[in-house]
Amino acid sequence: MALDLVNYTPVASLKGGVLIGLGISILLVFNGRTAGVSGIVSNLVSNFFKDGIWRLAFLLGLVISPVVWSYFSTPIELHIQTSDKLLITSGLLVGIGTALALGCTSGHGIIGLANLSKRSIIATLTFILVAVYSFYLIHHVWSL
Amino acid sequence: MSKKFVFSFFSLLSGLVFGIGLIYSGLADPNKVLAFLDVTGSWDPSLASVMVGAIGVTIVGFAFATSSKKTLLNTTQHFRNQNYFTKKKSVDVRLVVGSALFGLGWGIAGICPGPAFVLLTLDPNKAFIFFFSLISGFVIYAIINKFDWRK
Repeated sequence: MALDLVNYTPVASLKGGVLIGLGISILLVFNGRTAGVSGIVSNLVSNFFKDGIWRLAFLLGLVISPVVWSYFSTPIELHIQTSDKLLITSGLLVGIGTALALGCTSGHGIIGLANLSKRSIIATLTFILVAVYSFYLIHHVWSL
Repeated sequence: MSKKFVFSFFSLLSGLVFGIGLIYSGLADPNKVLAFLDVTGSWDPSLASVMVGAIGVTIVGFAFATSSKKTLLNTTQHFRNQNYFTKKKSVDVRLVVGSALFGLGWGIAGICPGPAFVLLTLDPNKAFIFFFSLISGFVIYAIINKFDWRK
C-alpha cells in the first residue's frame, strides 16, 4: 500500500462534502424529504405519478450542476475509463443492489450515518469493503 | 406562485447544490473514486473527508429540521417515516446482499447513483451507457418486487 499524495485533495473534498450536506439539508428543511439518490430514482421508476415532480426536479438539478459549475469556474475535463461491457455490468449491479438495500452512498452513507442508523452502518461498511475487494479483483488480479 | 412550483424550486436547488458538491469533492470523477478504492495500490484517501463534511452538515440539517413539527414551507416532514430516521426496520438479508451487489458494481466503474446523473453532461457517451444500465437495474427490481415471494 502506498499513499497517493499527489492527487490527495483533503480540503477540496471536505468543502465538497459540506456542499453535499447543504444540498441534503435544503431538501430536508424545505421539502421534508431525504436526498437519497437511489431512493429517489427507485420511487420514480416504480411509481412515476405519485410525487414524481420533486424527484424529477432534484435529478434535473444533478444533471445541470456541471453546466452551472462551468459558468462560475473552469469547466471539468473528465473521462470514464471503464469499457462499455463493464459499464453495463456495473450499472445493473448498482441499480439492483441499491434498490434491494434501500439506499446508496447518499442514503445509507450520509443520511443514515448522520442518524446513526444501525442498518445504514452495516450497509455502508458492506458496500465500501466489497467495493475495495471488487476493485482489487477487477484492476489488480484480472486487470480487466 | 403555486406551492408545487416552490416545492420543485427547492428540490432543484437541492439537487444542484448536491451536484456541485459531488464535482467539487471529486466524488463525481470515477477515476478519483477508484483511486479511493485502490487501498492495496496507490491509495488516494480524499473521499474520506467528503464523508466527514457531508455527514457533519447533515447532522446539523436534521437538528434544525427536527426542531419544528413542519417544514419551512409549512408542510409534512415525510422524512420522519423513513427507515434512516425511525430506525424501526431491522437489519435483513436484503440489506446486506443488496449492499454487497452495489459494492461489487461500484468497485468496477467507481460510479454510484448520484454521480451517474452528474456525469451525463460531463462524459455523455460513456455516462449514458452506465445510466441506461442503472435505470434497467431499477426497472428489473421493480418488476421482481411486484411478486410476493412469501406466497
